Amino acid sequence: MSESGPPPVVVDGVHKRFEIPREQVSTLKEKALHPFRRSPTDLLQALRGVSFSVPPGEFFGIVGRNGSGKSTLLKCLAGIYRVDAGEIYVNGRMSTFIELGVGFNPDLPARDNAMLNATMLGLSPREARRRFDSVIEFAELGDFVDLKIKNYSSGMLVRLAFSVMIHVDAEILLIDEVLAVGDAAFQQKCFEEFERIRRSGSTVLFVTHDMSAVQRFCDRALLLEHGRVVELGDPEHVGNRYLELNFSQEAREAEQLAAETEREGSDDEGKTTSMRRLGSTGAPIEALAGSETDDSVREGTGEAEILELWFENENGARAELLATGRRCAVAVRVRFDRDVQDPLFSVNLHNSHRDHLLSASSLWSDSHSGLFAAGEEIVFRVFFENVLAPDRYHATPAVDTQGGAWIDRRERMDSIVVTGTHGAEALLELPFDVTIERRARSGTAAEFTL
Amino acid sequence: MSAPLAPPRESVVAQDRVSTQSLGRPIKGPSALGSDPKRLWHLTWALAKTEFKLTFFGSALGYLWQLMRPLLLFGVIYLVLSKSKLAAENHRPYYGAALLLGIVLFTFFSEASGGAVSSLVNRENLVRKIEFPRIAVPLSIVITALMNLTLNLIPVLIFLSAAGGSPHWSWLEMPLLALMLALFTAGLAMILSVSYVSYRDVRPIWDVVLQMTFYASGIFIAIAGLAPLNVFGVEVSLSHVLMANPFAAILEQARHVFIDHSYPTAASAIGGGWLVLIPVGIGIATLVGGFVLFDRRAPKVAEQL
Repeated sequence: MSESGPPPVVVDGVHKRFEIPREQVSTLKEKALHPFRRSPTDLLQALRGVSFSVPPGEFFGIVGRNGSGKSTLLKCLAGIYRVDAGEIYVNGRMSTFIELGVGFNPDLPARDNAMLNATMLGLSPREARRRFDSVIEFAELGDFVDLKIKNYSSGMLVRLAFSVMIHVDAEILLIDEVLAVGDAAFQQKCFEEFERIRRSGSTVLFVTHDMSAVQRFCDRALLLEHGRVVELGDPEHVGNRYLELNFSQEAREAEQLAAETEREGSDDEGKTTSMRRLGSTGAPIEALAGSETDDSVREGTGEAEILELWFENENGARAELLATGRRCAVAVRVRFDRDVQDPLFSVNLHNSHRDHLLSASSLWSDSHSGLFAAGEEIVFRVFFENVLAPDRYHATPAVDTQGGAWIDRRERMDSIVVTGTHGAEALLELPFDVTIERRARSGTAAEFTL
Repeated sequence: MSAPLAPPRESVVAQDRVSTQSLGRPIKGPSALGSDPKRLWHLTWALAKTEFKLTFFGSALGYLWQLMRPLLLFGVIYLVLSKSKLAAENHRPYYGAALLLGIVLFTFFSEASGGAVSSLVNRENLVRKIEFPRIAVPLSIVITALMNLTLNLIPVLIFLSAAGGSPHWSWLEMPLLALMLALFTAGLAMILSVSYVSYRDVRPIWDVVLQMTFYASGIFIAIAGLAPLNVFGVEVSLSHVLMANPFAAILEQARHVFIDHSYPTAASAIGGGWLVLIPVGIGIATLVGGFVLFDRRAPKVAEQL
């Protein structure tokens, strides 16, 4: 692969469609009885005109939500699926790691499994034999070479599989979330190995959900949504866009729209096609993107009624998304049906894990709010500096009496998505500064000012 | 896929789009044969060897178990036939060895074709996770069965020499017959494995076909001695019809060259001369048809599993 040669990977207008038969298994008997009947199928357009190219030595991330088509894209690149339209060109020796230890047989010893796996991944038997010692050494399994792998611990298995994988010495690696396995220490080792692969100049295409891995390793990333490229470029930018997609109303609407377009070109029976059928791995994000009014509970005496709740950004405009680090507000419209003396107004915010992050009430600022007459409509607002970490937040507004009895309380009435540029490891993104003060000769000391 | 660093090849499409340089190796998706015959062979061999090792070393008595099935079947049939009235009609030189040869060859045939039926489905993990020449899967099953056949031929030799048989030049024809049987079986293996992906009743259907083949191939009753069949007043030689089956023809010929020349050749069993081209033609058609079918279905197998 010379520097001046063509790029290692060129993908040009790739389309891929799946036909999913409604009836899982058909039989020859049926075929013989009804030779011309076509069994009804659902059409699933997994990739719609995907194009990109990857220059030599680049660590290229492919991200997207479940069912966005990213694994399909990888399988098309790997040659496991035939594309319906478009072209894929590869320049260099390529290896695919969609799963660690493909073809491992529990009843065979590590030696046979490693050789078989290496052969499957494209080494000749001679190459595999030559690298065998090094494979075992990296996996730290020297004492267990002749042990059947059904007696291996899962950690040992993963080590063996990963070791074979990195010894294949491909110039182009296609990797699909294999890092999701193994314990923390092994993952660390994998990450180190990734750094090494990256430095060695191999071209890597890496499919993942894990934005922190993308931002850590990738030079560029591609974001897929419903089989289309929606963003291509800087990993940080792509990462933010991914979070937005995950949480925004638009995404849900787009999903519905896509589901409707799936129904086209097929018969008129109700179709259940969903992108999720593509079967990507675990879906932590789904929980976040769910509907916000699912568990809405309403309590209170009914002397006043909470009519509406919305969020406002720093300009006072209604917002579907809030950027972290800016001032914002929750606004609540209330109508009184009877005269109420000195009611209290409050809003509580919970994140997607139901951690309670804001408890704002007029009790502390304005406990004697006065008399509100029947028929009066008001809007109260809670302003706050948005230090919330990127996530979906549910708001629970309430109006109560001085004695603490609820007049109206609407649990999880509405929700908002907060986006940000950093990883969402802490519950809050408190503003902070870091200063480093060096002291002469006595080593270094760091002071953190929060 | 992982072909050695082939020089970038010019593609018509690439020339259309980028006139000055090639874009490298086009990825066309999976196929039956793949682009690298060496890799196909390495893979097929590795898969076959693994399977063989598993049956062979899987238990302490590996080899013995492998022999058990044909030998037990042989024992029962031999015992019953030698004490029945059929025995007189079947009494030919080295009948025991001839019977065992038939059982051993049938064991190969049923092991290879029956094992191939679910081979692609059983290796779903490989097929869906790695690009490789798909034909390696059914071929590896046939090769594993060939390894077992080689081992199973040892007791046939023992029986033959115990009964007084001696080596003969015509034994040299055996590898050729084994190859013909293997190719015919490989054709079936391709058809069966790829059909089973879409039609799951291939399994019971094939089991019935195998059972019919066992009784209709002259394994323990000489086909040549069968009385003609009367179909609407026309006399049809049943033995000639049954000999159209390539397995039966190969078995007949194998007995002639390996056991004793008193057994008829396939050509004479089917009625002589050019008629032997019928089983040969069916065998070739199975191989070619099997390959064509497999080649057409191979690109989609990963999606259909």
